[in-house]
Amino acid sequence: MCDQTFMAATFGPCDSCSKPSPLMNIYIKNEATNYCSLCVEMMACQGLQKGETLESLKRESETLKKKLEEERNKLNDVELHQVAEKVEVLSALSIKTRRVLKGHGNKVLCMDWCKDKRRMVSSSQDGKVIVWDAFTLNKEHGVPLPCTWVLACAYAPSGCAIACGGLDNKCSVIPLSLDKNENLAAKKKSVAMHTNYVSGCSFTNSDMQLLTSSGDGTCALWDVESGQLLQSFHGHTADVLSLDLAPSETGNTFVSGGCDMKANVWDMRSGQNIQSFESHESDINCVKYYPSGDAFASASDDATCRFYDLRADREVAVYQKDSIIFGASTCDFSLSGRLLFAGYNDYTINVWDVLKGTRATILFGHENRVSRVRVSPDGTALGSASWDSTLRVWA
Amino acid sequence: MARDMSDKEILKMELEQLKKEVSTPRTPVNANCADTIAFVEGLAPNDPLIKGVPDDKNPYKGDKGGCIIT
Repeated sequence: MCDQTFMAATFGPCDSCSKPSPLMNIYIKNEATNYCSLCVEMMACQGLQKGETLESLKRESETLKKKLEEERNKLNDVELHQVAEKVEVLSALSIKTRRVLKGHGNKVLCMDWCKDKRRMVSSSQDGKVIVWDAFTLNKEHGVPLPCTWVLACAYAPSGCAIACGGLDNKCSVIPLSLDKNENLAAKKKSVAMHTNYVSGCSFTNSDMQLLTSSGDGTCALWDVESGQLLQSFHGHTADVLSLDLAPSETGNTFVSGGCDMKANVWDMRSGQNIQSFESHESDINCVKYYPSGDAFASASDDATCRFYDLRADREVAVYQKDSIIFGASTCDFSLSGRLLFAGYNDYTINVWDVLKGTRATILFGHENRVSRVRVSPDGTALGSASWDSTLRVWA
Repeated sequence: MARDMSDKEILKMELEQLKKEVSTPRTPVNANCADTIAFVEGLAPNDPLIKGVPDDKNPYKGDKGGCIIT
């Protein structure tokens, strides 16, 4: 082999062993260096070792994943819709648009209900956050924010504050006051600081703690008063797009979904990832806990919604149809958990029968993609936000 | 943060996570689904979006928001 014959353009001391010899120009980690051929050989061998470790890690990872699948399949004796065969078929639903809330200048990206069941907060690409009264269509507060694309907003459990965040990499809390003339934007307080956009935020059971998810791949728990980071959750390998807290009063777990196609369940106190589910074929846009707290659903760009049971540690239902080819960007359950409302990028909201796995009805009305659906706290209405700059209330 | 980690570190993180997960306690799907169904059946009769709400009680239906001019 004549691989030792090379054009020696330079002659001098090698960068690693300092012996004068013909040097080869090579690039290590994007930096140009000059090594003599002996050092290049040694380094190539080391590289091989590194490669081997990478390979062996990958192999170990694959074996563990297979083992996990086996363990899960052992308990997979039946599917949800089979167990639910005896359940009565749903009667025809009469859900229609009852209110159209106009006022945003651009795409509405997020919305949330207040616990008093009539107020909603919504945030938009134009940088405004508006608090509405859904019964009367009154706009109670409007806060202009300095950044555009406010991707997340949430109502505090007490109804006295809202949180919002987006491309500014922060999540801010704004206390709401009854005085209409007060400048709310001035009272805005930055609580969460991430290194990339904030994709989702939610208050925990009190006004004092805020949970956020971010494009930097982490979720974090913050103390609102001091702005201190209480706990951070690492484990996603790509942007985290959504999070949801477990519904129980003493709940201390939450689920998050992201662009790495994984949905992870976390323990809030320890920061540990308790369970992980990887069956979607594309980004998970939204995750939502089941009202019972033992399961959750996810909506993804692969045009399916999936239902995962936490105690069985596996996916138990897939909601999909050949005619649905657009990604689902949001999902929420009805009060009893019988219906799953999912908003899609084809401007519709499909209503799925959770138990039987079939589609109950389709809600038409929006003129652009549906970015968020949320059922009101008492289950009487469904609120939806869309890129057509309106929100709709369905009942 | 994931984008700062090299491939090797990401794999190591995934590996540790998988090791933990293989040993989580699990219950059979049969039992859990039955539980879920029982839960839903219990609450379904009271679900306003399924069974509907009479027009006079529903704040969204009906002609609210109109005004009477005398």
